[in-house]
Amino acid sequence: MTSGIPPIILATIGILYSVLVVATFFLMVVRAFKPDKDFSEVSKRIWSWWAIVTIFSLAVVMERTVSIVFLGFVSFLAFKEFISMVPTRKADRRILVWGYLAIPLQFIWVHEYWYGMFIIFIPVWVFLFLPFRVLLTGMTDGFLNSVGTLHWGLMITVFSLSHAAYLLSLPAFDNPQTGSAGLLLFLVILTQFNDVAQYVWGKSIGGRKIVPSVSPGKTWAGFVGGVVSTMALSWMVAPYLTAITGWHAPAVGAVIAVSGFIGDVTMSALKRDMGVKDSSSFIPGHGGILDRVDSLTFTAPVFFHYVFFFFYGPRMVSLVG
Amino acid sequence: MSRIFQFLFFLVLVRPLVYVFLGMNVRNWDRLPRSGPAIIAANHNSHLDTLVLISLLPLRLLHRVRPVAAADYFMQNRLVGWFATRIIGILPISRNDRGVSFLRDCAISLENDEILILFPEGTRGEPEEMNLELKRGLGLLAKQFPDVEVIPVFLHGLGKSLPKGTMVFVPFFCDVFVGTAICYGTYQADFMKILGSSLFDLSQEGQIPEWR
Repeated sequence: MTSGIPPIILATIGILYSVLVVATFFLMVVRAFKPDKDFSEVSKRIWSWWAIVTIFSLAVVMERTVSIVFLGFVSFLAFKEFISMVPTRKADRRILVWGYLAIPLQFIWVHEYWYGMFIIFIPVWVFLFLPFRVLLTGMTDGFLNSVGTLHWGLMITVFSLSHAAYLLSLPAFDNPQTGSAGLLLFLVILTQFNDVAQYVWGKSIGGRKIVPSVSPGKTWAGFVGGVVSTMALSWMVAPYLTAITGWHAPAVGAVIAVSGFIGDVTMSALKRDMGVKDSSSFIPGHGGILDRVDSLTFTAPVFFHYVFFFFYGPRMVSLVG
Repeated sequence: MSRIFQFLFFLVLVRPLVYVFLGMNVRNWDRLPRSGPAIIAANHNSHLDTLVLISLLPLRLLHRVRPVAAADYFMQNRLVGWFATRIIGILPISRNDRGVSFLRDCAISLENDEILILFPEGTRGEPEEMNLELKRGLGLLAKQFPDVEVIPVFLHGLGKSLPKGTMVFVPFFCDVFVGTAICYGTYQADFMKILGSSLFDLSQEGQIPEWR
């Protein structure tokens, strides 16, 4: 990117903020007309969208290095929330320092365009090293539990999320207008949109639930409605923000919608297991950072590898080698 | 001069550390005092406890907040002593005079409308465990000031982040549970028992699993 932020990116961010302004205004009007009704839930949601849009707009418009540091920090917050939620042993306290250390390293690989290391560091090197470090504590009681939780946490909050950052390290393929920042913005918008669409369709139609014991709000109607809406949005937006065209545009929308759903229910299952409803109240009402990025932990790697396979495939040799 | 340092220290270093690096979930924040005199009584697991409690109060009260701390520990040398009294704002108390200076200095502080932070367990306990045999000092002080509000606060997670006896700081999200204010005047002789059970109830609110 030589001449600052691409106009399409700015326009997109402008549209997002306009939507927020309209939504906030609408809420204020409705509130004025129905003062005795409780709008706190909706209002909290709208305020946390302000936060989300601001966070990711910043991540997209800043210089690549700053954006990567920024996304690394989001990973840090998510990992911290994860290990604060799951049971850890006293003996593992110091081992968590190694877990935390993996975060800057992983984002350094992203920054250095070192795809080969980025893709194996946590799945191979950290995976092999951590159990060894854990066994050095001499505590075999709960060994597997300890190693398992820690690695799963790193995979979800660091490895998965760092894929969103690696979008910024991909060479700007056939869309020089938006560069690779367009891919990140596209991913975040579609992931968030899909969450909202599934919620709205689910609420308005209802019907049979998919996994009521995990996530009682998720219905088949909401799921199908969400997938179709997200495909439609993807088909409209993809040509502007990315070089994804033709049948790939709706297809990648479907892929994001399905993986977003899986990410959402996976985090719900984890939270149910831990006995918490909101992992923390970092952003009010919506819960914490983990609640914000739950879908993204799945859509980021899946979207990344979709793009990587179909659009960078022929050039993979030059990227990896 | 040191008030400027204190202000900057909390604004630039402590508050970002507490709010962003650690992260906090505070229940019933509005129950914390907005003005002195008042006493905050919390469980004690970590040096971070004091920093967190101070950060929960508005910055304009900063120079009025006095964590009560052991003189023999924090006044070992001049630099640490300066930092503890001027920047953190501790009220150094001797542990060897059967509570005489404790009662005298805390009374002066409360008369000056300051907010005292007290750890009635006496010292930092084992990480993430609470010792409910509270020290009598707080009871005696409260008896002198029967109308001053005592606010029980239960802190969780800080004993994991920085427990006693280590320098290795590991960030954990922390939970703060603020209880309802109680006054000595209302409960008289039962005051300490009520405070103890209030802290215990707060510790049960979050359904926190035992840390082993």
